Amino acid sequence: MTNIIESKLKTDEMVLNMGPQHPSTHGVLRVELKLDGEKIVKADSHIGYLHRCFEKHCEAMTYPQIIPYVDRMDYLAAMSNELGYVLAVEKLLKIEIPERVEYIRVIMAEFQRIASHLVALGTFGLDTGAFTPFLYTFRDREKILTLFELTCGARLLYNYIWVGGVSHDLHPDFIRLAKEFIEYFRPKVVELNELLTYNKIFIERTANIGVLPPELAINYGVSGPSLRGSGVKWDIRREDPYSIYDMFEFDIPVGEGLAGTTGDCWDRYYVRILEMEQSLRILEQALDQIPEGDVSAAVPKRVKPIDGISYARVENPKGELGYFIISKGGLQPFRVKVRPPSFVNLSVFSEIAKGHMVADVVAILGSLDIVLGEIDR
Amino acid sequence: MNQVFDLPNFLLILLYAVVPLLFIIPFALMAVFFERKISAWIQNRIGPNRTGYWGLLQTTADILKLMQKEDIVASGADKKLFLLAPMLVFMGSYAAYAALPFSSIYIGTNINLGVLYMVAISGFVVAGIIFAGWASDNKYSIMGSMRSASQLISYEIPTLFVIISIFAVTQELNLKDISEMQTANILNWGIFGYAGLGFKRILLIPALFVLMIILFISTLAETNRTPFDLPEAESELVAGFHTEYSGMKFALFFLSEYANMFAVSALVASLFLGGYQSPFGYLGDLLNLPWLVPLEQVFWFLLKGLLLVGVQMWMRWSLPRLRIDQLMKVCWKYLIPIGFVCFIYITIIMYV
Amino acid sequence: MKTFEELFEILKNKFNEEEDISTHKEGNEDVILIAAPKINLVATFLKNEPELNFDSLILLTGVDDENGEKTTNEDGSFDLSGGTLSVYYHLESTSLKHKLILKTSVPRENPVCPSVALVWRGSDWHEREAYDLIGIIFDGHPNLSRILMPYDWEFGHPLRKDYKNPEFYNGMKVPY
Repeated sequence: MTNIIESKLKTDEMVLNMGPQHPSTHGVLRVELKLDGEKIVKADSHIGYLHRCFEKHCEAMTYPQIIPYVDRMDYLAAMSNELGYVLAVEKLLKIEIPERVEYIRVIMAEFQRIASHLVALGTFGLDTGAFTPFLYTFRDREKILTLFELTCGARLLYNYIWVGGVSHDLHPDFIRLAKEFIEYFRPKVVELNELLTYNKIFIERTANIGVLPPELAINYGVSGPSLRGSGVKWDIRREDPYSIYDMFEFDIPVGEGLAGTTGDCWDRYYVRILEMEQSLRILEQALDQIPEGDVSAAVPKRVKPIDGISYARVENPKGELGYFIISKGGLQPFRVKVRPPSFVNLSVFSEIAKGHMVADVVAILGSLDIVLGEIDR
Repeated sequence: MNQVFDLPNFLLILLYAVVPLLFIIPFALMAVFFERKISAWIQNRIGPNRTGYWGLLQTTADILKLMQKEDIVASGADKKLFLLAPMLVFMGSYAAYAALPFSSIYIGTNINLGVLYMVAISGFVVAGIIFAGWASDNKYSIMGSMRSASQLISYEIPTLFVIISIFAVTQELNLKDISEMQTANILNWGIFGYAGLGFKRILLIPALFVLMIILFISTLAETNRTPFDLPEAESELVAGFHTEYSGMKFALFFLSEYANMFAVSALVASLFLGGYQSPFGYLGDLLNLPWLVPLEQVFWFLLKGLLLVGVQMWMRWSLPRLRIDQLMKVCWKYLIPIGFVCFIYITIIMYV
Repeated sequence: MKTFEELFEILKNKFNEEEDISTHKEGNEDVILIAAPKINLVATFLKNEPELNFDSLILLTGVDDENGEKTTNEDGSFDLSGGTLSVYYHLESTSLKHKLILKTSVPRENPVCPSVALVWRGSDWHEREAYDLIGIIFDGHPNLSRILMPYDWEFGHPLRKDYKNPEFYNGMKVPY
């Protein structure tokens, strides 16, 4: 019977171009889907629509001038971007950083992690069709941005962390407001869990979808929550501590397959929720221990590093963000190469999207949490 | 048709036909407005508040904008079908109002197969959506309309199971007569087993309750509302079957969606929640003012319908969306078997 | 966990030809230089040897070394001839927690380097990027095409030091 039907109906694969303008490719990503009905036979991602020659620009600018450009890569986590870049330059310069600066950097990076995860979780809800969590998370992110605004005057692209220091000291009210935010935010995580995380339809949509096995993830170099969602306990803050992360107590949450298989979309989502709670823990410790001091004592007048290479990496909200700088002793770097976490995480996408449905493409992309600004640079 | 055409009669029919339209358009305007207000309340926002007092004129302004917009027809589109599709969709939703009993004295046409008519007429909507998807010459539109067609056709089956179960209980397919059976007493409503069945009612209540849930879910699916809004799934298919539509044609799709929302809510209310009947008697009877009763009935009918519309909106802003295979699974694996068991159970209670 | 010296010893013993493998210090970092044709063998060895187990390629960077002969044009731009292009490989073992930087250089006139995309699949896009921006041709790559620049870009590789902007691209004026 089936044979008769198959011989009479001529079927063909349909090519569907998702993007570069599409509501849920998180920017200008183009995914070329080969579809058999709703099933995906092949998914190719095409990037480069936001390419703005960051690495070429760097070769014509002095080291401090690059910092604002770094902000614009992962524009949802500009603080973390700056931190990584500044660490790479400081490694070449070999300068001592005042302790207060280290604390401020950690506080900013962890607030940024929460803010970035909130966007990731909200848009992931949006991708699966739940509109409301998106506005809830943005409401809370707004409060973090207000804290950043209080610190450096900018809400998205800060140019705050400088080589050797930070641009401004903390506002006198900052620590009180930050602690108030932590008090306020704890119950909101529970609220988000009730609204979205344990929703039956949401679990149906995300569990067992886009399973990323740990070996494949490591082979592809996937990092950050996407790697930890696969059950690999790997966090640069713990494995290769930078700044003063070795002074704080925190856990590294990993995906356990509570809703489905380990490494599915739900695990990647849930790791982010747990990570926000760990960030709150780090923040509480840092806000309690922060010493007094001068924040611009170590800022060099002229950044002119020695000949050599340096690679510094930080645990960006999206994964391992690395900066590889080659210096030939001038005021300008000879070559700056960025290891954008989203770039590497996206490269695994076509591997795990195969065999799923169109609606799952959106869920997988959302769970990988990509930002095209840093993929295309 | 043994009637001879005469002008007064024709005008009367026209008047009858226009009444729902007079309801639909203001209703759609207000429903869109309240959809935005309700979503704003759910989401910690304020919602539209600039145009008119409390933002009340916002949707009117939107409609004025839509009317002025350029009517774009893509060059690859099949122009005739492209033009026909929104009209067909709106016609389907509008025609459904013909069988809705707004009160004991007003019903568009008092046909004795009213419920079946409503289900059948929704087929126009399917055709319109397929036309729209096909004529747009856009892959997203085609996928949206294919999803929509499979969804609407599948979910008609549980709807029909509910209807034949109701038929088994009431032996009526006329919505007005079904409403009449559920007297002006909340305990006689469909969900509590209808009036005049004696002790059997107690046994019927669980099955009827389940059937009401089934009917509500499948009507949600038939109106393409969340969690079943796959045909226009914004995050996947941009806007689904109406991606290519703009201006008034888009407004017609929009209007018909909201008209449909009320029509199916009214169907649920008529079958299970007493239709136009008051839950506790009429003020008109009490005061001995007979003309007041139909007006009260209209009030109760609209109230019930609007409350169910409100529930639909509430669900839309709290739930994620299902995937197409899960949507089919809900229908074929859960709703249809449960509906069938309820039907068997009811027939056993009623006729054995 | 192995130190750089131990890692170099192991590699040295395995690939014992003197000219193929050597160490080099660039600033604060130690780098192992490897002759380009051998890179694939070394990569496979590093990944599969249980005591090394470099299972992850963090980063692959293409660099124009700007060490060739420079001829300056009238308008101030210059052309390079001769010299090398280099590739840096940052490797890491997530199980044994050691890191290593490899470097290989290829001549600018014939920049062919074996691909490691089949060893670490993550290097697929990194190699495409190095090809796109620097112009290093990775031999054996499954799909070596442009990635950040448009597919029909035919004006060279922008991160080369002697790259010059074209006047027009598809009829659009490029310098603004």
